[in-house]
Amino acid sequence: MTLRHDVVIVGSGLAGLRAALEVAGDADVALVSKVFPTRSHSGAAQGGIGAALGNEEPDSWEWHMYDTVKGGDYLTDQDAAEVLAKDAPRAVYELEHLGVPFNRTSDGRIAQRAFGGHTKNFGEAAIKRACHAADRTGRVILDTLFGEAVKRGIKVYSEYQLMDLVFTDGAASGVVLYEAANGRVHTVGARAVMLATGGFGKVFKTTSNCFANTGDGVYYCYRAGIPLQDMEFVQFHPTGIYELGVLISEAARGEGGILRNRDGRRFMEDYAPTIKDLAPRDMVSRAIVTEIRNGRGIDGRDFVHLDLTHIGRERLAEKLSDISSFVRDYLGIDAATDLIPVSPTCHYMMGGIPTDLDGRVLGAAMDPIPGLYAAGECACVSVHGANRLGCNSLVDLVVFGRRTGKQIRQDLDALQRLEMEGEPAERTVETIHRIKNRGRGERASTLRYELQRVMTEECSVYRTESGLDDALGRLEGLRARYESVTVDSQGTSYNMDLLEAIELESLLGLGETILLSARNRVESRGAHSREDYPERDDENWLKHTLIRKTEKGSEIFYKPVAITRFEPKARTY
Amino acid sequence: MRIQFKIFRFDPEHDTEPYYKTYTVEADEGERVLDCLNRIRWEQDGTLSLRMSCAHGVCGSDAMRIDGRCALACRKLVRDLEGDEVLIEPLPTFTVLKDLVVDLTPFFEKVDMVRPYLIASDPPEKERLQSHEDNLKMEEAIRCILCACCVGQCPVSNENEKFLGPAPLVQAFRRIFDSRDEAREERLRQLDYPDGVWACVNHFECTRVCPKEIPVTRSINTMKREIKKLE
Repeated sequence: MTLRHDVVIVGSGLAGLRAALEVAGDADVALVSKVFPTRSHSGAAQGGIGAALGNEEPDSWEWHMYDTVKGGDYLTDQDAAEVLAKDAPRAVYELEHLGVPFNRTSDGRIAQRAFGGHTKNFGEAAIKRACHAADRTGRVILDTLFGEAVKRGIKVYSEYQLMDLVFTDGAASGVVLYEAANGRVHTVGARAVMLATGGFGKVFKTTSNCFANTGDGVYYCYRAGIPLQDMEFVQFHPTGIYELGVLISEAARGEGGILRNRDGRRFMEDYAPTIKDLAPRDMVSRAIVTEIRNGRGIDGRDFVHLDLTHIGRERLAEKLSDISSFVRDYLGIDAATDLIPVSPTCHYMMGGIPTDLDGRVLGAAMDPIPGLYAAGECACVSVHGANRLGCNSLVDLVVFGRRTGKQIRQDLDALQRLEMEGEPAERTVETIHRIKNRGRGERASTLRYELQRVMTEECSVYRTESGLDDALGRLEGLRARYESVTVDSQGTSYNMDLLEAIELESLLGLGETILLSARNRVESRGAHSREDYPERDDENWLKHTLIRKTEKGSEIFYKPVAITRFEPKARTY
Repeated sequence: MRIQFKIFRFDPEHDTEPYYKTYTVEADEGERVLDCLNRIRWEQDGTLSLRMSCAHGVCGSDAMRIDGRCALACRKLVRDLEGDEVLIEPLPTFTVLKDLVVDLTPFFEKVDMVRPYLIASDPPEKERLQSHEDNLKMEEAIRCILCACCVGQCPVSNENEKFLGPAPLVQAFRRIFDSRDEAREERLRQLDYPDGVWACVNHFECTRVCPKEIPVTRSINTMKREIKKLE
């Protein structure tokens, strides 16, 4: 069945919603999501949204910009960081105006707290910059923006999964969707297509990411020949609940929490003497792994402790209530009296679909692809460089989501409705038919377990050439086995078996781009730590990686980093 | 440990009647019911359908009835199960679409009816001021994740499909007690009808099952008192 809209936005997290609100009213916009919009993963963001409001202590956008650049280990495009930091206060006020229930200061303004890597006066000391609603900040912003979408009557296709992107003469002309409730395949023609499909942490075994985060939009770009940028930069959040990977917000340390090793020692003093436990996530994760490798994990095992016991029961209930309930329910412990076992968990993808500052997707020649836009975690502006700072993601979503919406509105007059040639859904229909009707083969889950294990073993906090080579070999085997993946279910209603088999193609494809990009970058920068190349190498590697699929296989090329205000220097905290 | 899961199955394409199928799973005490259900799907029977996403009680996707009580499968641990056979069923009250997946359309329509957005005149340039005390009045209601466990467990919702239901009422409470909202009285009057707040007769089942520990019944009673004050 063929549908038509002026604008189709895939993904109903904060980036997609914010863009939809910008476009609605001026054009016929449809929001597509594989889950009901308020189930989107933006809702799992806990700690805060960063903006230099200066409500708790003097702050400036220049300091926020500097922290973002330094936090990204100077791979951050500084023009993008400037946009983010300058626009952040307006974006937070806008959210407040829409009704986000931010916590308040004693004089009634938006309350702010400390967060990793955010400092005053260019690195002097930690600063309170994270605006928050307890540890449910993402969820309340998501609920608020979705409420606005309800108010504005925005058309939502809930539980429709993206299957393919359609291009006509090099311009985006539509999408192919699968309706989970009945198995129907729809082609949707559009003058503008925006991807806001989020991250793909499900490439890894231990992750804070939701099941929906399989990176479909990102992979379909790659499959269509669009390059992907900085894929080697994968953020491992230092404090996932041990083994489960469920996130314990950085806000826990922002509120005073301390990491301790087996001797009870506050080991971050050794790694980041100035801001200690509030160092950026890549540094804290490396510190934890180093402690563990040196036998200083708890009882010599592979985790450390997060100590919140001195914060006090009342403040935990007020500011960190969700995480208090996570540790109570999952570990049977009381955060007010017990130490929490934590270890790094895959959390965020700095890399993704390359865009300019207004969400236009850039093709192989780094020129905009007509009609195609992206924002949020699926995109790489690059505002986070080699390592994203905590509470910079939520602000990225609303700042760049809005800019992308504005750009779409502006471009729409010039974007004609293009005829979709041939049968755009053919590939999707054939893929579904093939998977459903295959005789004997392996389950998608078997291959997914193996992919996640390989990625976790060889491409986590620390990487080596031999490990990455080994992983690439194993991945090639998995890709071959994927050709014979089978499903139990032939059904058309909520056939998760089929959808997960299709998502696995995205996970395998993206896993390979991560490994290839990581193997290629022979230096250590931000979240990419090569044990065989432990130093940052600005002379040769102060540049973005781009990886592109060609007929001859994957090809890697580069683009320069935008440096405007801050010259790279040693990154200490 | 070894656990049996007796699971409600229904595929409208093939089945005229729902039936139960039993699966055996090896699970650790600390695992979630959701982990067990996924292991069944991934290792034994891929035809089983359920909704899930975040897997830690934030998104609200995996509400179902576990041993007769509505709960999130990702917040219920194996160690908390009683007996060696666990009964897994879809949320009551709603139409079953497939296995554990129900049609939540009527639920979301009721949420939309309470206008789940701020109604206020033009804001100042910076933030509107709100006292810490006023902010705290919403603190419990903003935890709602629209999982619909409360509606599934509510005896009134089960009997009366017109009843607005606990979660939509919590959504109304959130706006009514937001000091920034300017439609307080209008919102209260909108709930003042037999199938609105007054259909709640204090069974407290919603409060008992709410995975986010929202005092749902108390919130509804507070709104009843506020409505009486208008008279």
